[in-house]
Amino acid sequence: MTEITHRTASGVKFYQVGSLAVGNRLLPREQRAAQADPQRANTMISGHRACQGCGEVLGARYVLDAAMRATEGKLVVVNATGCLEVVSTPFPESAWRVPWLHSLFGNAPAVASGVAAALKAQGHEEIRVLGQAGDGGTVDIGMGVLSGMCERNDDVLFVCYDNEAYMNTGVQRSGATPAAARTATTPVAPGHPGNRFGQGKDVPAIAMAHRIPYVATASVADLRDLEAKVERAMQFTGARYLHVLVPCPLGWAAPSSQTIRLARLATQCGLFPLFEAEHGELVSVTPIRQQVPVDEYLRAQGRFAHLFADQAAGGRPDLVARIQAEADRNIRVYGLGGQP
Amino acid sequence: MSAHPFATTLDPGSSRANHTGAWRVERPVYAHGLPPCAAACPAGEAVRDWLYTAEDGSYETAWRRLMRDNPLPAVMGRVCYHPCETACNRGQLDQVVGINAVERFLGDEAIRRGWTVPRGAEPTGRRVLVVGSGPAGLSAAYQLALRGHAVTVREAAAKLGGMLRYGIPRYRLPREVLDAEIARIAALGVRFETQSCVDDLDAALREGGFDAAFLGVGAQAGKNAYVPAGDSAHVLDALTVLAAAEDRWPLRLGRRVAIYGGGNTAMDAARTARRLGATDAVVVYRRTRERMPAHESELEEALAEGVSVRWLSTIAHADRGLIAVERMELDESGFPQPTGRFETLEADTLVLALGQSADLGWLAGAAGVGVGDGVIDVDADLATGRPGVYAGGDAVAGPERTATGAIGQGAAAARRIDRYLSAVAGEQRDVPRQQPSAETPVPFGRLNTWYYSDAPAMLRPQLDAARRVDTFAEVVQGLTEHNALYEARRCLSCGNCFGCDNCYGVCPDNAITKLGFDADGQPRYAIDLEYCKGCGLCAAECPAAAIEMVPEPARDEPADRTEHRDAALQDVGP
Repeated sequence: MTEITHRTASGVKFYQVGSLAVGNRLLPREQRAAQADPQRANTMISGHRACQGCGEVLGARYVLDAAMRATEGKLVVVNATGCLEVVSTPFPESAWRVPWLHSLFGNAPAVASGVAAALKAQGHEEIRVLGQAGDGGTVDIGMGVLSGMCERNDDVLFVCYDNEAYMNTGVQRSGATPAAARTATTPVAPGHPGNRFGQGKDVPAIAMAHRIPYVATASVADLRDLEAKVERAMQFTGARYLHVLVPCPLGWAAPSSQTIRLARLATQCGLFPLFEAEHGELVSVTPIRQQVPVDEYLRAQGRFAHLFADQAAGGRPDLVARIQAEADRNIRVYGLGGQP
Repeated sequence: MSAHPFATTLDPGSSRANHTGAWRVERPVYAHGLPPCAAACPAGEAVRDWLYTAEDGSYETAWRRLMRDNPLPAVMGRVCYHPCETACNRGQLDQVVGINAVERFLGDEAIRRGWTVPRGAEPTGRRVLVVGSGPAGLSAAYQLALRGHAVTVREAAAKLGGMLRYGIPRYRLPREVLDAEIARIAALGVRFETQSCVDDLDAALREGGFDAAFLGVGAQAGKNAYVPAGDSAHVLDALTVLAAAEDRWPLRLGRRVAIYGGGNTAMDAARTARRLGATDAVVVYRRTRERMPAHESELEEALAEGVSVRWLSTIAHADRGLIAVERMELDESGFPQPTGRFETLEADTLVLALGQSADLGWLAGAAGVGVGDGVIDVDADLATGRPGVYAGGDAVAGPERTATGAIGQGAAAARRIDRYLSAVAGEQRDVPRQQPSAETPVPFGRLNTWYYSDAPAMLRPQLDAARRVDTFAEVVQGLTEHNALYEARRCLSCGNCFGCDNCYGVCPDNAITKLGFDADGQPRYAIDLEYCKGCGLCAAECPAAAIEMVPEPARDEPADRTEHRDAALQDVGP
């Protein structure tokens, strides 16, 4: 087993906000986040039609700007159908400032494989390919072709922006929807407290099972961590997979200003572990910095409100305890409580 | 027929044609909140501002920012009781920022490097008399000199500094530090006259040809409480003990000294007595430790030096070598009540430290200047009843008499005098002074503290207690540059942007632009309201609560929005 190392939030020197904030006037320029750069690529620009406070467009800009920096602008992006495609490219507008291709909902990994093969045939292996989709296009509809891309070890970084349901069609359950969440297809009714327990897929684990060079998870609340993982992914050739948690104000029923806070709570309660794996083995985890109970994360979202209704109305502390047990398991299995 | 490929009717367009700002119901606004440190500073220092400047190592600029409000940073970095730190929001996160230690570092750095302040204005030809060279007088003289007035300071004592010199022992404030900061004020052209007691204000103003005056005479007289004492009892006033130590005239205290009182002066008298050779220094105080007016740090330092305290005790009678002490009890309202139980305490000398009052008899004949309750009567502008004559510091009633408050009052009075002089001359003069927009300080709960690095405070090294009791060497040492920089960077910058780029980074709509830094080194950003959807992420993720969401102003709807959209589509049409 490879030795697991822990990423630390800040180094020895003290810079007021260290590397926790986006930028820092006290840090040398090269140590600031790509997002702090006034000349950042801005792969996704103003005027897109994403909802107020959209976590997915934020995640996409974070990932693609970092990928543009890592590849010095030699990047092609293949996009599945989903929120990200719908809000960015209503004909004839485009919010993308990067070569960008959209085909179908379920085939983005295959199209990305094809683009990579075509570039190779043309002798342009220095141009890198990035495929991206929401959790619907990745966890459910694109699962088969994603597996094929991984099995063939095609030179593609595939990124899943996970907002835990089909949001742009009206918040239907996906294979990434968490237990007990209310969606349009897992409504809350007597005896039916939202999405079932024990279902859904752990796609980062599935990707790791393919023993591809690199698999990682990230969130929009951990920018430096996310950028470092994109950078690292671009150092590998072959199939790579990045799973980014992107809260959705609409589907999660939370104020638009809470998007980043929710992503932060998801990682700090242990429900969404941040880690890296190489060739199928875990190589690093980002320890929890300020641990919170899942309660704090769940209460902040309307999709879990039924768990906290008063007892007479059927609040479900038993289910909150089951979710807490899931977080505790992650903390134990991934060693997230690593700070002494 | 068409230049477009088959089945294509439009050219590629940019999403920028879609002005999503129209969705907004709230807009973000960059705010300048009042940081609790600045709100609490009796000298009116813009603490957050000079800490911010010091954070990148621009110590001289930071010092100059500090010097706008306080001409004595090296002194105040030692003797101020730092209400700024008491108010500091970081105390609710880990420990307060060591503002006072950074102030001292900047002050010492200025002395070491010989930084000076230029006169800010052309000479006005106006003459101002300042009576007293304590912190109030020095502050007033400095601010008036900066504004181009000719200032004369008259001091009754042999040396300058007032209570800074005669009330604060040198182990807390080395005299070379005080002298250096006074010399810098003198270098601005302020004329200092020592052993020059003003006993007739009218004559002094007339003979000196002064246009205005500031009275900063302090509270020099020890309060007399009646203590029944035998003929041979040796009773001294605390200020006498401190002055004797300052001017090094011989004083017989004996081996055992009792100090009566619970204020900072009592602590200083006890610690000074230890240094003058007393083996036992016992403070007798009528209430409990929690109710003691002396600051906790002063008490701690005194205890560490072997001073002891008799709590809940009053002195009933003093005689040669013996003091009768009565035990007290606190009643329900917390007031001490006698119990009738007596103890004796062996003491060669009794030192009274029961507070000080201003000696204002000399003002009896000064027309228009009123005196009542032992203080000079002033209005909210620190003006006496006589035009052009202002007063401040301990000679004026205040909630707490401190050197810092005196500096604030000296500066405030100087601004009023400047305005008075320009009004007399028929000039219009604006008083340039940065006013924070908010009136209540930014509360801790508005900060997003996730983003601040964990960092406990740096302690100032202290001189070993064993070495303290027989020397007047300075007890508390300064921070090294490394530690001072670290301490400055612990500032949370409450209510004010410090350039962390979070807003720029977290905007999902790219609606924020970085504009670099302004002439004062403050960061600048612009929000593009054409695209800002008003999601509030920038405000929620701002560590310092420097962005507020405010309701979108009403506009003519909905026609305007429709037109907007049509125009946008036309931009990209064929």
